[in-house]
Amino acid sequence: MVDPGTLTRLSLFAGLAAPQLEAVASALDEASFPRGARVIREGFEGEAFYVITAGEAAVQIEGQERARLQPGDFFGEVSILTGGATAADVVAETEELRCVVLPGAELVPLLLAHPELAVQMLRTSARRLRNANLWSS
Amino acid sequence: MVELAGRARPGDYDVVVVGSGPGGLQTAYWLRRLGVDHAVISADEAPGGMFRVWPIFGRLLSWSKPDAPYPTTSREYEWHDHNSLVADEPRLRAFVPQAMDRRYAVPTREEMVAGHAAFADRAGIAIRYGCRWEATRREPDGRLVLETTGGEYRCRAVVFAIGVTEPWRSPIPGIDTVPHYAETRDAASYRGRRVFVIGKRNSGFELADGLLPWARQLIVASPSPVRAEVLARSTVRVRYFQPLEDARVGGGTLALDAAIESIERVGERFRIRAQGTTQPGEILFEVDDVIAATGFRAPLLDLPALGVVTVAQGRIPALTPFFESTSVPGIFFAGNATQGASGLRRDGVVSTSAAVQGFRYNARIVAKELAERLGRPRRRGRVDPGKLPSLLGEALARSPELWAQKGYLAHAVSLDGRVEGVVPLEHFVDAPGEADGVAVTVELDRDGGIFPSVYVRRQRRLRIERLDPHPLHAFDGEPYQRRLAQLLGAV
Repeated sequence: MVDPGTLTRLSLFAGLAAPQLEAVASALDEASFPRGARVIREGFEGEAFYVITAGEAAVQIEGQERARLQPGDFFGEVSILTGGATAADVVAETEELRCVVLPGAELVPLLLAHPELAVQMLRTSARRLRNANLWSS
Repeated sequence: MVELAGRARPGDYDVVVVGSGPGGLQTAYWLRRLGVDHAVISADEAPGGMFRVWPIFGRLLSWSKPDAPYPTTSREYEWHDHNSLVADEPRLRAFVPQAMDRRYAVPTREEMVAGHAAFADRAGIAIRYGCRWEATRREPDGRLVLETTGGEYRCRAVVFAIGVTEPWRSPIPGIDTVPHYAETRDAASYRGRRVFVIGKRNSGFELADGLLPWARQLIVASPSPVRAEVLARSTVRVRYFQPLEDARVGGGTLALDAAIESIERVGERFRIRAQGTTQPGEILFEVDDVIAATGFRAPLLDLPALGVVTVAQGRIPALTPFFESTSVPGIFFAGNATQGASGLRRDGVVSTSAAVQGFRYNARIVAKELAERLGRPRRRGRVDPGKLPSLLGEALARSPELWAQKGYLAHAVSLDGRVEGVVPLEHFVDAPGEADGVAVTVELDRDGGIFPSVYVRRQRRLRIERLDPHPLHAFDGEPYQRRLAQLLGAV
């Protein structure tokens, strides 16, 4: 369970009414990682869904940083939703990286119970896809 | 003046253990076994920890089966006895079932305490009782100092086995006006009353189960729905299902998914305002009693000020795979707080870092780690690499550690045959600089299926394979050994 106040500061949870926010908060856990700790591991499947609440993380492929993640960013959902292995490591890059976390198996039931959350996640994913297309064109 | 036991006087030690509950006793046992200089202090007057007081209704959730397929003096018996502390010496095994009257397969807390007291006595664990840890500081030389009611203890590392025992209340307006689980009255005093229990986890359902024969009506509420399919596979199910059955058949108990907005005292009664979560809408209750079964936190005192990072709204320390604080080196935890290590979460399933019976093995991990760091490297056994398949199959089928801490603890061996023994799986996976090796573990899938898994690291590349399940869990059988041999390839 996490403090619902933590979630109100994150855009992913913006569409939720107060009681639903509490229900979501009670399904989530907090996690803290020291610098250098691996949060998600390349080759593993659907470990968990994370939203950063403080600190930064690097997306690494074979040790090379490909992207930097900051508070409000989420990760881990692609492997959970597609059922494939994670393509990159996500590594804590600040003295402390704090996240809220949901076990992978619980993501889809949570999205089905709270469609507002699914729409917000879809918006962000669409934005990421558009940015990726801009870079590749 | 009472003469202090020689090893527990205030002074300098390599390690100080705080606490004389199951976690403290088990850690002290392994430290001594490994020859680590240490002292054990406890604020209590006798061993047993939280079981001297809780559970409120006196009966544990975790079982001990006095008769089992294996002799009580064997290692395998640990599978059937979740409550006794474990030891290398057969004479120190299985004390809790010896204290049980066999009316139930789970002990009373008195039986639990008697079993642990017998262990402490027979194992000769020296504890300074009545010595309360009050403050902590770090000296310029890096040593930690524990200020206690019995003087100062200096050490290179501390193991806090202090439980998760401090009542915690969720931030609901008015919750301070109602008793916490820890302040629940005698069950008979709820006779004929309408009782509202806040919380649908262990303590909430323990209250519901215990008050079912007395209360006029029970309402158990929290924002998230009860996951009956998950509970059905968990150790705590015995307590949950009676009140839930009453709720399902319309017997009067209500199990509500609701966010509680306020608790207000109205004369002798309480008014509760809540918002449904699974089914939205305002809900109003007037009840005779409210009990906050909102959980507990580890009594960390000044450790957060020293830099110990916490999770779960400040209730649990964030821990490394070896149960050390992620932020303050040298501060370790044992017992219930070891749930602060998250493990791999492979396949979206939470790793079992602190099963009810698993703290016993976590304590050994902590003690071994401390022994290594304090310059007492273990002598690692060697095995003929050709015999690795049978050794690993045996570990998968028979190691209580792997079965208690599924997906968290693994049995590891280097590919040239150096036996690492039981280690946190996360450590094996995240140590790419290490020698080529193999680790086996027992994992759960999303449907609760039990599988053996093999992690082979060769030239820094990790290959993971989940083997087939077996109806008798006979993972030491020929087909498993054959597959293990294939995976180990050129060995």
